[in-house]
Amino acid sequence: MPAAEHFVFQGCVQVRELLPHEAHDARELLEEIRRVPAESIFCHTSGLLVHRPPEPDAYPNDFALWADIELRDRRLTERLAAIDPFRLGSIEGVRAELVSTLEHHLQQLSAAPSRGGEPFRFLQYHLVPVPTGHEAGTLREFRDALTGADASTLFFHIIEARYRLGRGRGDFAEWVDTVLGRHELAERLSRIDPYAGTLERVRERHLIALNRALEEEGGA
Amino acid sequence: MGGKLDDYRAVAPRGSVDFMLRIAERLRGRRIVQVSVSRYGGAADEILNRIVPILNDLGIEAAWEVMLGSAEFEAIVTAVSKGLAGVEQVVTEGMLARLHATCAENARRLPLDADLVIVHDAATLLLVEGRPPAGHWLWRYHGDLSSPQPQLWNALRPFADKYDAAVFSAAKFAAPLSTRRFVIAPSIDPLSERNREMPRGEQSRHLERLGVRMDKPILLQVGPFERLQDPLGVVNAYRLVKKHHDVRLVLAGSPPGPGGVLAETQEAASQDPDVTVLVLPPDPQTELNALERAATIVLQKPLFTDFGADVATAMWKGKPVVGSLAGGIPSQIVSKVTGYTVETVEGAAFRVRHLLSNPELIGRMGAAGREHVRRNFLITRHLGDYLALLAHLTG
Repeated sequence: MPAAEHFVFQGCVQVRELLPHEAHDARELLEEIRRVPAESIFCHTSGLLVHRPPEPDAYPNDFALWADIELRDRRLTERLAAIDPFRLGSIEGVRAELVSTLEHHLQQLSAAPSRGGEPFRFLQYHLVPVPTGHEAGTLREFRDALTGADASTLFFHIIEARYRLGRGRGDFAEWVDTVLGRHELAERLSRIDPYAGTLERVRERHLIALNRALEEEGGA
Repeated sequence: MGGKLDDYRAVAPRGSVDFMLRIAERLRGRRIVQVSVSRYGGAADEILNRIVPILNDLGIEAAWEVMLGSAEFEAIVTAVSKGLAGVEQVVTEGMLARLHATCAENARRLPLDADLVIVHDAATLLLVEGRPPAGHWLWRYHGDLSSPQPQLWNALRPFADKYDAAVFSAAKFAAPLSTRRFVIAPSIDPLSERNREMPRGEQSRHLERLGVRMDKPILLQVGPFERLQDPLGVVNAYRLVKKHHDVRLVLAGSPPGPGGVLAETQEAASQDPDVTVLVLPPDPQTELNALERAATIVLQKPLFTDFGADVATAMWKGKPVVGSLAGGIPSQIVSKVTGYTVETVEGAAFRVRHLLSNPELIGRMGAAGREHVRRNFLITRHLGDYLALLAHLTG
């Protein structure tokens, strides 16, 4: 198999930069969400998966967490937590959904929005790709490499590829489909919800799908 | 002592050490110089002692330079540090001129030609006046700069803006600046004396020497006997718990400075044989390791603190932590998962009671806390952040 068809696993490290944008209430949050760079929306939503705490019911984005802890606004918290980057597919799609949710919420308020104790501080990620040295030409090599690679590999090839670089189903599913011709497995991989837990859980689910496929083709 | 990078394989997240080697490959041959005001005793020094040897181990030329100054300079450093932390100080024009002169002398003396120069904390800030034309300069401030003494900050801020970027331990600690601002959380070293694995026999010997009995569950707070650490609030929380559970309270810390509350704490403890007040010797890493391992639940309830890495050290030992919302504590505790954040004495007592009544939670939260620290607050993550920043800034 030519080297060009090998899957080259990339990991990444993030540099977190603090932006000169802050919000003290829901109205300011709306204004700033309209204004901040897309990378900042990514950082507070999809990007959160890198540092996601281990509890299964953790908020899937920083906006919901802030609305709960600082604004103590349960309705807004629930609405923001329901925003699903997995379904929306792009950062601008997520931004539009955040704006729409906040506009709707503010419209329904009968009084001025309450102010939080700590403001929401906007950050953005600068992502530095790092080659991991892992490569795969077969499904078995792919499974083995994925087992031992740094967790950031999953972030790079699933979250970064899919939501920031706009690479459709993510790099894993794409390679399994186009290079290995395993359409059904690719479909299964692309349906794994990256927001179901930590990156380690996402890895586990990929490994379950890959192990099953290897068993089906005869011996793992 | 900490270890070489390979030694961290057993404790760091899967694949992370190899990953670190890969990042370092990108940066091999680059030179990093770190500058601090002392080699022992500060927040910067503890981590530099560990990170600098590992950077060299990775093939990155790393040096650590220390400023030299007179006794008068040391007093100025203390005043400036306190002033930037928001404690009102008298810092005169003359003191600032001396700071300026000392930094200028050190800028001439120290070899500061590097791809990246990282200048730690307040006293070294003015070194930037003597920066060579090449290389990137970072100002790493380890404390909370969110509410500095205004006049002092007005005098120092122009120097901070001369750096290519500033790095803070948490977003909430950052001051507004014209230059770029990055966030890198502090870390703990799992192989240090404070955090290394300690056999039970050795732990028992240390506890016996300290006079701490292990016949009942132990609540522990670590921190200096100062009002801002609220040891008396912890005693009051313990008293509320004690009505329902037979526990011991251990308050352990360094001797207080002027205005401390050691005498008041000892007075409160004298009425209850189950409260132990331990004034620890200098650099009590072994003692703290033994105490944290002996604790059932760790309390960390300061009214004001910087990042408060004592929380992470306790979590690393598998202990649930009940902590206040001060400083960086809420960014370490995942409330209801690795412990609880509380705002009052009553809240602390309620959460401790809840844990003692549900011992299975103690084990579960302790284990979750250790994993949380493994992924987010170990020195390997910290090192990766620095390497990433170096790669980002230098291309």
